[in-house]
Amino acid sequence: MDKNQMQNDIAARVALELQDGQYVNLGIGLPTRVADFVPNGINVCFHSENGFIGLGPTPKENEADDQIVNAGGALVTILPGGAFFDSAVSFGMIRGGHIDVTVLGALQVAENGDIANYMIPGKMVPGMGGAMDLLIGAKKVIVAMEHTAKGSPKILKNCTLPLTAKGVVSLIITEMAVIEVVKEGLLLKEVRNGFSVDDVIAVTEADLIVKELVS
Amino acid sequence: MNKVITVMDAISHIKDGATIMMGGFGIVGEPHKLIDGILEAGIKDLTIITTDTAWEDKGSGRLVTERRCKKVIASHIGTNKQSGIQMNAGELEVELIPQGTLIECIRASAYGLGGILTPTGIGTAVEEGKQKINVDGKDFLIEKPLRADFALIFGAKVDRSGNITYKGVGMNSNHVMAGAANMTIVEAGELVDIGDIHPNHVNTPGIFIDYVVGGGK
Repeated sequence: MDKNQMQNDIAARVALELQDGQYVNLGIGLPTRVADFVPNGINVCFHSENGFIGLGPTPKENEADDQIVNAGGALVTILPGGAFFDSAVSFGMIRGGHIDVTVLGALQVAENGDIANYMIPGKMVPGMGGAMDLLIGAKKVIVAMEHTAKGSPKILKNCTLPLTAKGVVSLIITEMAVIEVVKEGLLLKEVRNGFSVDDVIAVTEADLIVKELVS
Repeated sequence: MNKVITVMDAISHIKDGATIMMGGFGIVGEPHKLIDGILEAGIKDLTIITTDTAWEDKGSGRLVTERRCKKVIASHIGTNKQSGIQMNAGELEVELIPQGTLIECIRASAYGLGGILTPTGIGTAVEEGKQKINVDGKDFLIEKPLRADFALIFGAKVDRSGNITYKGVGMNSNHVMAGAANMTIVEAGELVDIGDIHPNHVNTPGIFIDYVVGGGK
């Protein structure tokens, strides 16, 4: 799989976690692709933290409105039944527990559900944007990411980068595995794309609990 | 009540070293003519309070690129390479605040509150140096109001008394920043007469607005 295929594969697997009637916020980058893979018969409503709900697909060129963009600044549409609002309302929805699922990328995730995804000190400091609010406010946090950073583990016993939030991650979905954060640690639920349990353990620094598995 | 003045009359209030709240998310909802005016007038050493620093060559990002800012208070600077370059070189002070906290601190200032209590940032670098308080068993950070000398905002349709109707995602921080500064100036996408906006369609009432500058996207 090339990078593009891998990202689509991860996004498609995340989409299977979505349930009918949920309000969902997708982060910028890989998570944005989840919208393309929502299964038929599942209706979810996407929230865009820059100020609307009812996020629709990319418009045709001649139908684009430059006042309707997503949080990454890309031209999008708003679906019937959608609504625009200000940033305080938008983050009230987030912090107030009204968003069912948020899907975000990560630099590191720890076995207790800690997540680091907003800065590498001295190198890359884009800022947390809305991530800290989404992580503490959404009912379910799904991390969608490549399993390693060019071979070095991202799923760790403890995060070494500054945390975006503590103990909030529910589920980790990568091209290799689906891992649930449970009280006892990280439960390996699925191995994917022909990888074996040993393959996954070899590139995961945190301990994995292995019980019944789906391949 | 007629609050309409020219862009350059509005800009004449702003001096070097001022703190400016800038409406918008990305470039949507930013007051582009007022930003042009600041650049033309040569105003510098600004502290900008904004959701993000937009792009290098667009919107409020140009104030960073043209080195008019000494400090930026924002939730995200990643779309503007210049913000990171100047920050790493020690030329630009950057204070990062979670977006939901940033907007509530602005709202607190506009609405006369002494601060807000939020769970966002607990257990992260954001809580350093801040007071924590426990309410009914849950921890919150005390975050203080954010106030500026000027709030520069944009409305798609504005009447001469400052009543605003927004379009698309343009309401974003604009609606909240109105009144969170000693002087609030709204740039009108379309300037209309009093009575042309139905009272039910006014998003931001003109009471929060000191001056209106007209015309243009």
